[in-house]
Amino acid sequence: MQIRYRKESDPKSHEITPKSVFLDRRRFLATAVASGLIPALGPFALANEAQAALTGRTLPNVAKTPFGADLTPTSADYVTSYNNFYEFGTGKEDPAVLAKGFEPKPWSVVIDGEVGKPGTYDFEDLVSPHQLQERIYRFRCVEAWSMVVPWVGIPLADMIKRMEPTSKAKYVAFETLNDPDRMPGQNRRVLDWPYVEGLRMDEAMNPLTLMAVGLYGEELPNQNGAPLRLVVPWKYGFKSIKSIVRISLVEEMPPTSWSSSGPSEYGFYANVNPEVTHPRWSQAKERVLGSGYFDAKIDTLKFNGYEQEVAELYAGMDLAKFY
Amino acid sequence: MTRETKFRWILKPAVFLACLGPLAWVVWRAVSGDLGANPVEAVNRFLGDWALRFLLLTLAVSPLVHVMKTPTLMRFRRMLGLFAFFYAFLHIANYVIADQAFSWADIWGDIVKRKFITVGMATFLILTPLALTSTKGMIKRLGGKRWRKLHQIVYLAGIGAVLHYAMMVKADLLQPLVYAAILFVLLGDRFRRKVRSSSAG
Repeated sequence: MQIRYRKESDPKSHEITPKSVFLDRRRFLATAVASGLIPALGPFALANEAQAALTGRTLPNVAKTPFGADLTPTSADYVTSYNNFYEFGTGKEDPAVLAKGFEPKPWSVVIDGEVGKPGTYDFEDLVSPHQLQERIYRFRCVEAWSMVVPWVGIPLADMIKRMEPTSKAKYVAFETLNDPDRMPGQNRRVLDWPYVEGLRMDEAMNPLTLMAVGLYGEELPNQNGAPLRLVVPWKYGFKSIKSIVRISLVEEMPPTSWSSSGPSEYGFYANVNPEVTHPRWSQAKERVLGSGYFDAKIDTLKFNGYEQEVAELYAGMDLAKFY
Repeated sequence: MTRETKFRWILKPAVFLACLGPLAWVVWRAVSGDLGANPVEAVNRFLGDWALRFLLLTLAVSPLVHVMKTPTLMRFRRMLGLFAFFYAFLHIANYVIADQAFSWADIWGDIVKRKFITVGMATFLILTPLALTSTKGMIKRLGGKRWRKLHQIVYLAGIGAVLHYAMMVKADLLQPLVYAAILFVLLGDRFRRKVRSSSAG
């Protein structure tokens, strides 16, 4: 397994730009995006100058796993500079810039609903009882691009079991932080804030489903959903909700942000499926981030290549209907 | 230097070079490997943005001539229109060559199934005869009246281009709406002038 860590000799982002200049720029951009001016500002905007960076805070005690041993992770630069995280702007490069000053700690998560041990849990209390694992997963966005990410996290099932779900718990609902002061993109209602997502109980308990706290061996960068995000590798990326503040075990299927925003385009399940086309993107193929400019797209795999692990969850279901 | 030599040898080449600016910029970014994680998408958006901007610039010429009373401006209109077509052509070339790698079946599938691509391709089809008939010879051959009539479909292209963008966007409609507002003003000005001249006549 090949994992590329950032070399000690590589410049850290703060060594490149003087901090005061950088902070002014950030404040300016945050204001601009908040007022919706960002697009008008950059007629030549292509990609922001390299804003990508890992956090530099290495996670101790991470167990290696066989997950994705055959995959080559996408470069950390791309993983941390190309993000759909509308809470920090709708451009792909916005979050890396606008989330720079976000302070993810202290962090707490409300766990409620059909559980024996509801309450507000500190991040540490939620995570530290578990062994951190590294899992290299394919990550496929509904926009027909993909990357490979070496996540660090714990199986969601282990976390949920500790909360003692009742027999009435049929779904798990997740909620992202809703705080426009800290998440400038929330000043505009491009989506109904807070961002919400959900899984069926058996999906949540599947061994593949991960609650991630890091990538590339380090704490999650803000733009990737610090400090705590979901990773459901067989579903389109938007299911993998970021910066989670609430986990509710519920009886009824919970609403999810993108299916509320565009019910004809996005469903609750959102399983990666090359056979079920989308009104905006053919899902048959995907562009692998980091591939050459003239490289053809690759064929998308059913359930993003995790068919063996998850196909049985949907036995008998019409996947074209339950998209 | 006469006005005419100044126009021919300084102004016109300067505007021409300025119009090539966006292309030079994107080529430079590409050569320096500075197009981000998804360069094909970045270039596609960039070229599409500039095709739309040049189309709106073209449509802005005649209202500006009226407001600023600078008829010389009119002489840049053909060049701006041709640059709109040029960037639209590059936008589609990038889609066909880099994005779809000449997979004609996939391209056809996109045109048929994805409405924003249907609208985009239709818009390009509208622009094509306008570019082809932009020469002096073609104006003569068609006759001024017929030529003008034909070239009025550029308004439709403007609407198509903005619609194509708005339909492509997932949730954040702000930027397409800014372009739509500009288009509304530009087309509204023509409508106003038409109503006024017909009521005056």
